[in-house]
This record gives sequence, structure tokens and C-alpha cells, in this order.
Amino acid sequence: MTSDQIRQVILDILGRIAPDEDLTDLDDARPFREQMELDSMDFLDIVMELRKMYRIQIPEEDYSNLNTMGGTVQYLLPRLKDVPVGA
Amino acid sequence: MAVRYDTVIIGAGMSGLSAGVRLAYYEKNVCILERHTTIGGLNSFYRLRKRNYDVGLHAVTNYAEPGTKQGPLSKLLRQLRLKWEDFDLRPQLQSSIVFPGATLHFTNQFNYFVEQIASAFPQQIDGFRRLVTRIAEHDALDLERQSVSARQVVSEYIRDPLLVDMLFCPLMFYGSATPRDMDFSQFVIMFKSIFHEGFGRPFEGIRLILKRLVKHFKSLGGHLKLRAGVQEIRQSNGRATSVLLDDGTEIEADNILSSAGAAETLRMIDPNGPPMKAEPGDISFVESISVLDCEPAQLGHRDTIVFYSDTKDFHYERPDVPVDLRSGIICSPNNFDYSQPLEDGRIRITALADPHYWMNLPEDQYVAAKQHWNDEIIRCATQHIPDFRSHVIDTDVFTPRTIRRFTGHLNGCVYGAPQKFVNGQTPLDNLFLCGTDQGFLGIVGAMLSGITIANRYLLK
Repeated sequence: MTSDQIRQVILDILGRIAPDEDLTDLDDARPFREQMELDSMDFLDIVMELRKMYRIQIPEEDYSNLNTMGGTVQYLLPRLKDVPVGA
Repeated sequence: MAVRYDTVIIGAGMSGLSAGVRLAYYEKNVCILERHTTIGGLNSFYRLRKRNYDVGLHAVTNYAEPGTKQGPLSKLLRQLRLKWEDFDLRPQLQSSIVFPGATLHFTNQFNYFVEQIASAFPQQIDGFRRLVTRIAEHDALDLERQSVSARQVVSEYIRDPLLVDMLFCPLMFYGSATPRDMDFSQFVIMFKSIFHEGFGRPFEGIRLILKRLVKHFKSLGGHLKLRAGVQEIRQSNGRATSVLLDDGTEIEADNILSSAGAAETLRMIDPNGPPMKAEPGDISFVESISVLDCEPAQLGHRDTIVFYSDTKDFHYERPDVPVDLRSGIICSPNNFDYSQPLEDGRIRITALADPHYWMNLPEDQYVAAKQHWNDEIIRCATQHIPDFRSHVIDTDVFTPRTIRRFTGHLNGCVYGAPQKFVNGQTPLDNLFLCGTDQGFLGIVGAMLSGITIANRYLLK
């Protein structure tokens, strides 16, 4: 997957976790939590959804990489680059 | 060879079903076992003489408007991947707390309640506002918290004992497993869920929520077995290994999550073991359900719920008489903001009862006792609402005995054990508790209990 494809995957996940949020103006450089109502339970769901979809294990010490969209895409790119979309 | 699951859940009530949805959503192989012939547990439904009845639920607390992003209901819906419309909660009209010499009304708008207190207790309103700030700052969902007396905390802010008891009355009636006092965190959860957020009810009653949960659970691949009571939890080296059902079937599991109650679950581990640390609670109720030939509003009764006490001191404890007639809860499921009227009028009146009296009553006296106390409960309640007795076309009554029969809770206790197991752990490494004895309260609380424990231990 490319960066853009990974970004779309994350947007889809956020849409499932928080269906009432408007994500069209999401700023990739700012933390998710500043832009939407996302508590620790919801955050865990991002990790869980990625595991469910792509069998990717994200250790707890890496969670801080996932605070922003930019950071998440950057963290996932090497891990998902050989994985096709919709795997 | 025995069937094997990642997780077996004991009990298909709100907490067990919600935990099941979480686990099945994340592709865990999960089975919910329910001893009863239907789902629901403490909040269930039945059909009698061609009419639908709800049991347990008077109202769903933690009401939130559609589109609300914060609060327990929104959190719950997100976690279950359900939409607000799935629960279809209609808001209450107005509820009341009625004590000798004082009445407070409340709606789902918290400011209205603050105004009510300011006008009925002008000396106390500043203290009340400070209490509200304290409540807002308290993290009641901290799973490692210590217990503090709520009466002690509240009396630091409010000097008038009548107002203290009027605040405690609905909160205790709707969720306290302990007599006379509550743990402050429980008080905070109940205060927010009832006074800040308020009441709602689906037009179709509790069955709508339960059926949505089951459908969702099954669509995610979860298994549900009814008439499947767990006789025993088998163990080896401090770990649960399997459950043995009433019919002798054995089911193996990596983890077990029980909503059956703490004492009840420990008995499954060792039926003949030494006396348990976990004592079952003994707060239970009798409920009188009247079906009317008209809407209660036509008789002039528009309140959704009335909490009353005929004494200034509110007595929340196991009574030493069969039913404590001094206080009660009057609920009319008709008085929610629906777009159309319900099929018939309903008045449900709930009062504290002595479980020991009802459990030990010989069968041939049970029916007559139910009739007698039903009449007494209605006689007392009609001092607070219009006399509806000439409009009654059908009646049903449940007692602590009914609750024990359908939920398996010893003593027919409704809110579980006085001591909560907030972190959900048991003496066995892979056996966890959810539901009333874990300690989140109300319908939404029960669902969050299942979700929280599933997230914490069973999704790894």
C-alpha cells in the first residue's frame, strides 16, 4: 500500500469507531484527540482494527507513533508496503 | 472430544451480550451460555395473557440526544459499532422525588433540576453547586479505586438531611447494592446517569435493545446457547479449563467471563468449598404491574417516574416486613416522548422487600401473599398519584423469588453483591467477572461492564 492508501484505511477505521465525526478537514499533523472525541478505549480500537484487517501486531510501546494521522501513516508504511489494499 | 472456545461467557444479559459482541467483532471464537429459556437476565421481557411485559428496566439511564459524542451511551454505541437509532431511546417527560414537605422535579435537562433545588432548598444551593463540581472532577471509572462513603462526602456539601436523602433516594433505588450508604464512585456514576443525563426508553421496551445485541452478536459469528446452565467451572493449577453444563455437556475454554454474580460464580468453582469471601446482596424488590384501560395521562398522571418516601429519613435496607410500604418507585412506561401511544396503559410500582420472607413462603400461601402485598403497594402509591384502581384490567407481580428463579441471583438480589469486584478478577487467572458484581450500574453501565472487562483481559 502507498501512503495515500494507508491514510484512507485509517480514515475508514476512524469512521467505524466514531461515525458521528466529520473527518473531511482532519489535519494530519495534529493529534487525533485534539480534533475528535477519542478516548483510550477508542484508541485501542484503531490498533485492534489494524490487527483484524492486516494481522499486524503493534506493541504497546509503539502506540505513541499513532497520535497523529501523519505519524500513523509513517509508522505503518514500511510495515504495510507489501500488503495489498483490502487484504 | 469437548467443544472448545476462546472465551465462554456465562449469562446472556446486557453485560454478557455486550462482551460477546466485542469479542466476536474481533474474531474471537465465543459462546454465551444462558440457563434460562430466554435472554436478558435482570433486564428481560415476557409475554403473559397476550400482552408484552418488561422486567427490570423502568428506564434506560444515561440518556443522550442523537449525535452526542461524549458520555457513556455514545461510548457504548461506538464500542459495539451500533447506531443511536438501534436503541431508539425516547426521552422521559418529567420525574419527581416526593418526600414529606418537599418535592423536586427533574427532566433530562440538568439545569432544570438545579433550579428546582435552588427554589426548594435556597440555603443549600451553593453547597449543591460545589458538590456538582466535585462529581464532575471524580474519575468513577478508575478500576483500581478505593471505596469512600458517599454520605460522608455529600454531607460535606449539603447540610439539610432532607435534601441529602432526596438526592440519595433515586440513586439508591436504581442501583445500590449496599443498604443506607453507597460507595462515592457508585454515587457519582448514578448521579450522572440519572440527574445529568436522564431517562429514556425504546418504544418497544427492553426487548428492542436485547434483540439488537443478539442479532449483532450472531451476525459476527458468536454462538448463543439457551437452556444451558453452568453447573461447574472446572480448574487445573489455578486456571479454569472448562465448564460443565446442567445436562452433563462439557465445554472447554481459554477464558471464562461470568456475569452470574461473584458468590454465584465462586460456587461454580467449588460448590462444597469453605464459606466464600463474596457475600451475595440482599437488597430486593417486589413489583406490582397494573395494565390500565387508558393512558395514565388521561387520569392526570404525567410523570415518567416518581420516587417517594413517606418518611423524611429514607430507609434503603432489607425491611423486616415482607414489603416496605414507606417508600417506592412509580413508573409509567407510557410517559416517555413517543410519536405514538403504547398499546395499553401501565403503572409499575416497585418497593423494597425482604427476600427471606418471600423465599421461605410455602407455595400455597405465595399467590395470596402476592395479591395482598400488591393491593397494599397500590394503596400506598395512590397517595402520590391519581387513584387508577378502577381502570386496572390485568395485573402481574414479581417478588424476590421470581428474580432468583430467572436470574439465579441468590436472595433474588437485584444490584448484586455489596462488595464489587471492580477489576473483574477472581481467584482463577483466566476467570473474570462482569455485570452487576463488577460494579458499573444501570443498563448502560451493565453493557459497559461487559465491554470494559472484555477489552482489558480477553482481546489480547
